[in-house]
Amino acid sequence: MKFDPFIIPFNIGLYFIIIYVVARSVIWFHDLSRPDKLRLQRGFFGIPFALSLKEIFMESLIHRKILKTNLRLGYMHMSLAFGWFLLIFFGTIEADIFGTKHLNAPYKAIFFRFFNPEHGRIGFEATYGFLMDLILAFILSGLLLAVIKRFYSRVVGMKKTTRLKITDRIALTSLWLIFPSRLLAESFTCGAHGTGSFLTGSLGAWLASFLPAQQIAYPFWWLYSISLGTFFILLPISRYMHIPTELFLIFMRNSGIKTGDKAGTYSEVQTYSCSSCGICIDACQLNFSAGITNIQSAYLMKAIRNNDDVSEIVDNCLMCGRCDQKCPVGIELSPIRMIQRRGGEAENDIRNIYNGYFRSRQINIPEKVISSSNYSFLQESDPQKADILYFAGCMTHLTPAIKNSMIKILEASGVKYNFIDEQGGVCCGRPLMLAGQDKEARELINYNSQMIWKSGAHTLVTSCPICYKVFKESYYLDVEVLHHTQFIKKLIDEGSVKMNFLRKKVVYHSPCDLGRGSGVYDEPTEVLNHVSRLEKSDFEDENSLCCGGSLANMKISSQKRKKIALDAATELTKNNPDILATACPLCKKTFAAVTETRVADISEIVAEALIEKPIKINSGSHANSIKELANI
Amino acid sequence: MSKHVVVIGGGVAGLEVAGQLSKAGIEVSVIEKEINTGGHLNNWYRLFPDRRDSSEVKEYLDGMTHNHGINLLTNTTIEVFKRNTSHFLITTNGGKELTADAIIIATGFDLFKSSRKEEYGYGIYDNVITSVDLEKMFRKGKIALTNQTVPETIGIIHCVGSRDEKVGNFYCSKLCCVTAVKQAIEIREFLPDSKVFCFYMDMRMGGAFYEELYREAQEKWGVNFIRGKVSEASETIENKLLIKVEDTLAGRPLKMKLDMLVLMAGMEMSEDGEKIAGIVGLKTGENRFFAATDNLIGSNRSNIDGVFYAGSCTAPMNIPETISHARAAVVEVIDYLNDGIR
Repeated sequence: MKFDPFIIPFNIGLYFIIIYVVARSVIWFHDLSRPDKLRLQRGFFGIPFALSLKEIFMESLIHRKILKTNLRLGYMHMSLAFGWFLLIFFGTIEADIFGTKHLNAPYKAIFFRFFNPEHGRIGFEATYGFLMDLILAFILSGLLLAVIKRFYSRVVGMKKTTRLKITDRIALTSLWLIFPSRLLAESFTCGAHGTGSFLTGSLGAWLASFLPAQQIAYPFWWLYSISLGTFFILLPISRYMHIPTELFLIFMRNSGIKTGDKAGTYSEVQTYSCSSCGICIDACQLNFSAGITNIQSAYLMKAIRNNDDVSEIVDNCLMCGRCDQKCPVGIELSPIRMIQRRGGEAENDIRNIYNGYFRSRQINIPEKVISSSNYSFLQESDPQKADILYFAGCMTHLTPAIKNSMIKILEASGVKYNFIDEQGGVCCGRPLMLAGQDKEARELINYNSQMIWKSGAHTLVTSCPICYKVFKESYYLDVEVLHHTQFIKKLIDEGSVKMNFLRKKVVYHSPCDLGRGSGVYDEPTEVLNHVSRLEKSDFEDENSLCCGGSLANMKISSQKRKKIALDAATELTKNNPDILATACPLCKKTFAAVTETRVADISEIVAEALIEKPIKINSGSHANSIKELANI
Repeated sequence: MSKHVVVIGGGVAGLEVAGQLSKAGIEVSVIEKEINTGGHLNNWYRLFPDRRDSSEVKEYLDGMTHNHGINLLTNTTIEVFKRNTSHFLITTNGGKELTADAIIIATGFDLFKSSRKEEYGYGIYDNVITSVDLEKMFRKGKIALTNQTVPETIGIIHCVGSRDEKVGNFYCSKLCCVTAVKQAIEIREFLPDSKVFCFYMDMRMGGAFYEELYREAQEKWGVNFIRGKVSEASETIENKLLIKVEDTLAGRPLKMKLDMLVLMAGMEMSEDGEKIAGIVGLKTGENRFFAATDNLIGSNRSNIDGVFYAGSCTAPMNIPETISHARAAVVEVIDYLNDGIR
């Protein structure tokens, strides 16, 4: 037998998806910026390609990262992805070796059993049949988990699972039908011919014992083919588009392409790579503390894909970055959210099915209307010359205990510094950036840059992680930017300041913008270890919580904000520390309002422990320490 | 057999309720966590609007309690609260058991903890004080800075912890405005050479004779009222306080050096009140104060039959309002005890 009409749905689907993916990748490549095109070309003939193959195997097939965070969920993803891959891989080889000729059309491998019902009775053939059955059993076990997860998400260790749209549901149903229908089709065929291995063979023999197997098999082959065909055709407009897209994502990432601050191919590829696994939902404090369950990154990705209005979703986010850290696909979720914030009101296209397949691309995000704000009233700055600038930031001015502590530490260290915003400075620009107003932010950045440049300093110390992040990332400065925890660590290492050991139990809360946002994890804990008894918490480093005070969320109610703060503070103070330490004025203020435990910035604890030494004039060691700082 | 009512809280509302109930022949016990009764009244110097000494009100309340044989349990808190079909059982921290036919909650308010508005520097800078601290200075008869010199310029910040989304209090505490006016006048009386500046969002002079007092402060005492919320305070080298504020009438930002800053702390649901809400199972509102079942005609009624509210545990109130509210509670309780309806 060479051909049977039931293969037609499968063939249509398969060739459709191949052509579609090729067309889509051509468009994506075309939309890349020139440097990114070059990166991709270079990557193709270099190490990135090899790295990508490895990563595709580890992440897209094995799902290593999901396995690490959640074994059962990982197994579910792995059995479906890796199992299906093995089935195709070994199926193709099977058709190649045992079929009538080599290099068969794909359907020959997929429907091998139909065309070779007598196959697999003895020897190597039987062993191979056993392998194929084993793979099918592997997939079916994962499928069973997937079905259970859809109805009882807690079974796979997830509190929430994503809600689906209609095309997702149809695609999901056809996906679910693929493997059971294959099992039944193969089993009936095997039952009729007395072939098949442990799964299809025994099930087939049992079914054939009371059913007309040969007649029943045929409709199931049709069903198998139709489910495959439907799945392929719906793939581009369902979340399963992540299967082909993730391969592009991995390769692009390995080639060194970054999200940047404008929509483009890479952000779109990432959006399509989201499988809606829902891990970001469980990680989100808006979900588990505030009960807001419709704004998480998985939903944002879905809304962007569907051209839905995202304005309600994008602004209701603390931008704490917990989901970025947890995303098993490695999608840069926060940068994509920022791109959406920069855009104005999203246009709601009249959607049709064509639009779903080739949606109007993210490049079309309309620019926000330029506001009329202007900062011409700012007077030109004339700062004093100094080696080190201290920029407290507006939040630090609102928490003067931190400011006073830093002055005490700076004075004790003997460095030559200038407190540039002592009389009130200009905002670092980040609140505007978080609101998507980049142009306005740029004006403030230029103003501050000039002031810093005029001062001739080589180091800029700030007390606020919000300022720190923006000084690091969005200013083009040739000074070293340090958060005050890093600066204090340096002073301690140099011996410029001496401290007593405080007999106090301290737990550290890592602020979002300092930790996950800027990767500063070690210095704060090292400083705390130096002066106090630092205790472990359940939420360290990348897994730290958001205090809830984030500037980035403009939608959340104050009650919900307070609930987030309260839950986080309760978790952190579980073991009754003497001090809840943090390194951000905003975290401090937020926590102080909800806990009885003393909340203090690291600088306050250091200032408390400080041994104030008499000020030495013209001391040699003093000059050295300035020089050393100059060479930081 | 005579009925027994337990009043929780021995401040203005609690004592008034207790006195009036006793007069009506009902046996009353008052549970007060502090050693002395009187609550916040003990902190005040003179009371607006006619600036009588607070001790006069205290004397009246003490007279009520002493003359009518009320069972006063000071230094006492509630540990266990149970309800039977017809009465309530209360166990105190001392292990004493009380049986009551009705309960009156008169737990009052707490003053907003001004250190929560760290930007004003309470507890961090010298010479940033609260309205209560100032009242205490008045009582001592001396207004002085920490270095014992006399302040020349004094700023008063209204709405500290009230109408402030950042601290989660949307409501108006209602009597800080008039307190500020009263204190501004008193400062000027004590220190005739001083200058006083009040920074307000709105002047809410809704009570009887408040507006008159406000006018007097401006015309007779030359107090300056500047509409604008102070954003932050900092300390200068010469130990003065530098505040930043926007004068919203003039439409310009303003910086001002002051010797002393007085924070008009708002009113919040008392912490012990919140505990009692938990123990008894009483509902609280979005403002965290006890929620009455009817804001128009039943502001003394709670969600539990036989438990009633009196005074500022339900909302910010001044003393005349508290007294009225307490007397209203007495009527509700007597109705309940007679007819079993609330």
